[in-house]
Amino acid sequence: MSLAHRIIPCLDTDGSRVVKGVNFVGLRDAGDPVALAARYNAEGADELVVLDIAASRDRRPTFLETIRCVAAELSIPLTAGGGIRSLEDARAVILAGADKVTVNTAAVERPGLITELSREFGAQAVVLAIDAKRLNDHWDVTVRGGRESADRDTLGWAQQGVALGAGEILLTSVDRDGTQLGFDIPLTAAISRAVSVPVIASGGAKLPGHFAQIFSEGAADAALAASIFHDGVQSIRELKHFLAARNIEVRLPC
Amino acid sequence: MKISLLDYGAGNATSVERALRRLGANPERSNSPESITNAEAIILPGVGHYSALIRALDKQNLRPALLDALHRAVPFLGICLGLQALYETSAESPGLSGLHLLTGTVSSLPATVKLPHMGWNQLKLTHPSRLLEGISPDAYFYFAHSFAATHANGEVVALCTYGADFAAVIEKQNIFAVQFHPEKSGDAGARLLQNFLRLAA
Repeated sequence: MSLAHRIIPCLDTDGSRVVKGVNFVGLRDAGDPVALAARYNAEGADELVVLDIAASRDRRPTFLETIRCVAAELSIPLTAGGGIRSLEDARAVILAGADKVTVNTAAVERPGLITELSREFGAQAVVLAIDAKRLNDHWDVTVRGGRESADRDTLGWAQQGVALGAGEILLTSVDRDGTQLGFDIPLTAAISRAVSVPVIASGGAKLPGHFAQIFSEGAADAALAASIFHDGVQSIRELKHFLAARNIEVRLPC
Repeated sequence: MKISLLDYGAGNATSVERALRRLGANPERSNSPESITNAEAIILPGVGHYSALIRALDKQNLRPALLDALHRAVPFLGICLGLQALYETSAESPGLSGLHLLTGTVSSLPATVKLPHMGWNQLKLTHPSRLLEGISPDAYFYFAHSFAATHANGEVVALCTYGADFAAVIEKQNIFAVQFHPEKSGDAGARLLQNFLRLAA
């Protein structure tokens, strides 16, 4: 008996539609976040992440409506993020039904935001998302979807984020994201072993073995993927049985 | 049945309300002493900081009505902070007084494990449980907390282990409480809520 490793599908949306990897077999409308959420909830996903990757001000009400509809389908936790810059932004997605919020660029620009959110909603509701990119002998923090360097070290930033009140780190490898070559094991292991909070590994997943590796060698507490789940390359149910057969603790669907 | 879902503005009341509605129940969100006094069942959800819940109970003057209802044997379900509030006090806010319905205090889980305790974990049944009836002993429930009641006593019917053993399910006459989030725990959580509704009916 111990804490299960979590498998987390991620929906990248433009506010109302899932915009990446939207070829889900068996769904009439593969771009509909609500239909995908219901599917993953039934398939045994441990949590769901919904991101607003456009995060434009005028699309905000649409995104909040998406969160409300997605939350209504779920009996598992929901994390929402993208464009959260203030306490009020976070409150809006939490009132819409999210259990946790992710912060990324806004926290880099104003680290005090992490503390504000943590004091208001508790550390368990604040996920610091970090997009890390290898640079010489360390990993550089990047912002704006990996396009700009934030000129700081990922390990130091993760530790600072935890000290400021983040309850979890969502760690994306910019080098691996979209490659389907597997998670970034050295990055994840280095960060996971250096912080006192759970770490969600993201970027590069394709094969069941990638998940086994990130849990065993990468010391990840949870693993996140998007398109491989959306396009039916990998079923969550089968993935969990694969991991359980290798003695990796997961919550098996009934 | 009139179910009062205490909504003090800091908790997870919306998720709990949704989960209950899926089961056909019709909870009423309440934050007044009157609605507690008239309730036939009371649910106290909560997530976040212990002080937010305790302060809200006192600011909205809910404490006397809640204690009175519990002494009148109105069925009660506390969730997460709603379990922790039953004890005398918590190390998260040592100056604040809990509901004193259970002896002991709430303390931090040990720093030897990653905190918060975040995710799905299993239970260790120590006594027959009415809340867990019909639920597989292997079932997982969703936890999100750093503090817990780490001492076992007669009211604890199931423990969870994370760094230390702590109270996961409490049953004391009409008082039920769980450290995890049944509203976020899939089918097992839904069954637990259904059990509570049946017990309260």
